Amino acid sequence: MFRVKYVFLQFVCLLQEKKEREREMALRNIMGKRVGIGLMGSRALSTATCDVESGSAKSINLYSAINQALHVALETDPRAFVFGEDVSFGGVFRCTTGLADRFGKARVFNTPLCEQGIVGFGIGLAAMGNRAIAEIQFADYIYPAFDQIVNEAAKFRYRSGNQFNCGGLTIRAPYGAVGHGGHYHSQSPEAFFCHVPGIKVVIPRSPRQAKGLLLSCIRDPNPVVFFEPKWLYRLAVEEVPEHDYMLPLSEAEVIRQGSDITLVGWGAQLSIMEQACIEAEKDGISCELIDLKTLIPWDKETVEASVRKTGRVLISHEAPVTGGFGAEISASIVECCFLRLEAPVARVCGLDTPFPLVFEPFYMPTKNKILDAIKATVNY
Amino acid sequence: MAFSAATANFNPLNTPSLRSHDNHLVTSVSPSPFFGSTAKLRLSSSPKFNVHRRSGSVVAVSEAVKEKKPKSTPNLLITKEEGLELYEDMVLGRAFEDMCAQMYYRGKMFGFVHLYNGQEAVSTGFIKLLKQQDSVVSTYRDHVHALSKGVPARAVMSELFGKTTGCCRGQGGSMHMFSREHNLLGGFAFIGEGIPVATGAAFTSKYKREVLKEVDCDHVTLAFFGDGTCNNGQFYECLNMAALWKLPIVFVVENNLWAIGMSHLRSTSDPQIYKKGPAFGMPGVHVDGMDVLKVREVAKEAISRARRGEGPTLVECETYRFRGHSLADPDELRDPAEKSRYTARDPITALKKYIIESNLASEAELKAIDKKIDEVVEDAVEFADESPVPPRSQLLENVFADPKGFGIGPDGRYRCEDPKFTQGTAHV
Repeated sequence: MFRVKYVFLQFVCLLQEKKEREREMALRNIMGKRVGIGLMGSRALSTATCDVESGSAKSINLYSAINQALHVALETDPRAFVFGEDVSFGGVFRCTTGLADRFGKARVFNTPLCEQGIVGFGIGLAAMGNRAIAEIQFADYIYPAFDQIVNEAAKFRYRSGNQFNCGGLTIRAPYGAVGHGGHYHSQSPEAFFCHVPGIKVVIPRSPRQAKGLLLSCIRDPNPVVFFEPKWLYRLAVEEVPEHDYMLPLSEAEVIRQGSDITLVGWGAQLSIMEQACIEAEKDGISCELIDLKTLIPWDKETVEASVRKTGRVLISHEAPVTGGFGAEISASIVECCFLRLEAPVARVCGLDTPFPLVFEPFYMPTKNKILDAIKATVNY
Repeated sequence: MAFSAATANFNPLNTPSLRSHDNHLVTSVSPSPFFGSTAKLRLSSSPKFNVHRRSGSVVAVSEAVKEKKPKSTPNLLITKEEGLELYEDMVLGRAFEDMCAQMYYRGKMFGFVHLYNGQEAVSTGFIKLLKQQDSVVSTYRDHVHALSKGVPARAVMSELFGKTTGCCRGQGGSMHMFSREHNLLGGFAFIGEGIPVATGAAFTSKYKREVLKEVDCDHVTLAFFGDGTCNNGQFYECLNMAALWKLPIVFVVENNLWAIGMSHLRSTSDPQIYKKGPAFGMPGVHVDGMDVLKVREVAKEAISRARRGEGPTLVECETYRFRGHSLADPDELRDPAEKSRYTARDPITALKKYIIESNLASEAELKAIDKKIDEVVEDAVEFADESPVPPRSQLLENVFADPKGFGIGPDGRYRCEDPKFTQGTAHV
C-alpha cells in the first residue's frame, strides 16, 4: 500500500519541477544573489549562486540527499561541524556516511549518549561563531534536549541583546512513523517546538526539497530544528541536482493546483494526502495541496490566498490532533478567512494516544480518513 | 565482607597515596574463594589520582577462568539445585532469543528487537537471587530480564507478537516488558530513563520499612543499563540521590563495550565505570560478566548490602553481546577477533563445564534441561501464534486513568464504541 507512495512522489516531483524552476528563476531575479531568508538576519551568510538549470541531477533517495547537503555544508564552511550519536560511521540511517573520512574526526565526531549535552554543546559552538549541525538519533529522543532548545537556543539572541546568537545551530532529527517503530521511534514532536519563538522548524517532503532546505537551514542565521521523515529515507527517490542550492525558508509551496478544497501538510504525510487528492479527483473534487515546508515561521499568505480561492481547508499531520500544529493553522485561517470559509476547518491527524505499536494503522491519518474528510468538508 | 571493608576504608579526602588502578586494594579484603579463578575482587575506593590511560582494551579484573582441579572436599560455590537452576535460566534466555531472531526473520514479530545473547550471566546471576517482591528495571534489551524474573515465556513471546495474551496485552512490544506480578518495572526504549524510576521504587521500599514500620520489607531494586547510559545525566543524578538517601538499590552496568556503533572506550573519558561509584559515596565493583558464578557472588553481597539498609552499590559487569545491537543492525563495526574472544567465554558453556567437572550433575541431566527448554520455547511460540490480536478498542484504553478520557467522541460516547470509528471506507 505504501510502497506506491514513492512512485507518486516521483511523478509529482517531476511535474512540479518545472514550476519550481520558474519560481526560483523569479526569486533570483528579485533578489539577485541567493541569500537565505532570516527574520533577524545580522549574521553573514554564504551566498550560493544557484544555477538550477545547469548541473546534472541524479536520482537519489532522501538519506543520500541529506548526505550530499552535509557534504556541501562542510565543504563550503570550514567552521562547520557535524556531531551526534553514531555519526562517524554514517549514522543509523546512513545520513552522515563519508563525512568523517572526508573532513576528519575533528569536524565529524561521535558524542556520548546525552542529548541534553549534545544540544547544549551545539549551542556553545554556535555562540562562538561556528556552524553546529547536531544530530539527534530519533526525534523521540529530543526531549532531554528540549530544555536546552527552548530555554537556551531560542532565547540566546534575545536575552543577550544581540551580542551573542546561536544561529549557526541546526538540529537534525528523523521523525515520524515508520511502520514498526512503536512508541519511541515514531513520534512527531514538531508541535512542541512550534510554540517557541526564536527557533525555526523545517520539514522537507522529498530528497530534492531536503537538500535545498537543509542547506538553507544550516546557513540561516537562526537556530533551526530540521525534522526528516524517516519513512522516506529509502522510499522517496527523486532527481536531485548535484550542485549547491538552497530553497527559501518560510515559503510554502502549492504542489498541486485545485479549486474546491485546500489541503495543508508537511513531510511524509503529503504523499498520503496526494493519493487522497487523486482519488478525490475521480469524484470530481479538485484539491489544492500545499506543502508548508517551514512550520514556524509559516507562510500564512500562501495558505490564506489558497483558502480565499477554495473556501475550504483540511490539515493533516501524524502528530496527535489535540494541540498539534494543525490547530494553529486552523485558528489562524479562521481568524483571517472566517467569512470566506464554507465549511469548518477539518483536521485529519493522529489519535490522542501515545503512538501505538500494533495499532499503528488505526492511529495514522490514512488516505481513506483524509478522503472521507475531504468529502465531508466539500459536502458540508 | 568485602564491601563493608571498602566503605570503611573509603575516605576520598584522606588518601594521598598514589593508587593506580592496577594496585589491589588493602589486604583486609581477602580474595573470595572464586572457584576456578585466581582473580581477586577489586573495589575501587580512591577517586583521585586516576593514573588510568585509555588503553585499547578493557582491563578485566578477573583473568580468564583458570580451572582448578576439584578438591576432595569441594569448596563449591553452588549446590546442585542452584547450578541446574542457573543453567536452566541461561539456556532459556539463549534459546528464547534465538527463537526471537527466527520469528523476526519470518515476519511474525516486527519493530525493533534487541537480543541478549552473550549477556545471560548478568541477568541470571543477579535476578535469580531476588524474591518476587523485589523490583527490576531494565532497558530495551529486556526479554531475558523478564524471563529471569519469572514472567512466563508464553507471555513474553505473545507480547513480542503483539497479542492480547502478552504481558502488556500487546501494547508495548519488545522494548516494554512490564509485569506487576513479578515486579518488573519495565523495559525502557530510552536509555537511562529507567534509572530514576528504579530509584523511586527503591525509595518506596525504604519508606515502607522505616516510616511505615513494615519491618520485614526489605525489597531491593535492581536497575540494569548499558555502558552508553553511563554518559547520560540521569545516571549521575540517580547515583547521587541513591547514595544520599541510602536507597536499597543496585545499579548494574552491563558493559558490553558498544553502544550501537560507538565504542565505549572512545566515548567515555574514564572507561572504568565502577570508579564512578565511590565518587558518589557507594562502592563500585567490577566483575567478569561472562562468568555467572562470579556475578552471583558479587550480586549476593550487593543485594544483601541493600537489604541490610547499607545503601546502593554500583556493579560493572564486563560482558558482550554476540549479536548486533538489534536485529536490524548488520554488526559490521566490531572486530571479529574481539567477537571470537568473547564467544570463547560463552557463559553457558563455562557453567556447563563447571557443573560437569565438579560433578554436580551429569551431561545427560543438562541435555534434558536443554530439551525441556526447547519445548518451552516452542510451546511459547505456538501459544503466541494462536493468541488473538488485540481488539481495536484497546487502542484508546489506558491513555488516562479514566477510560473516558480523550476517548470521547462528539456524541459523548466512548469513541471506540462508535461503529463509525474508522469512518466507513477506512481500512481496518
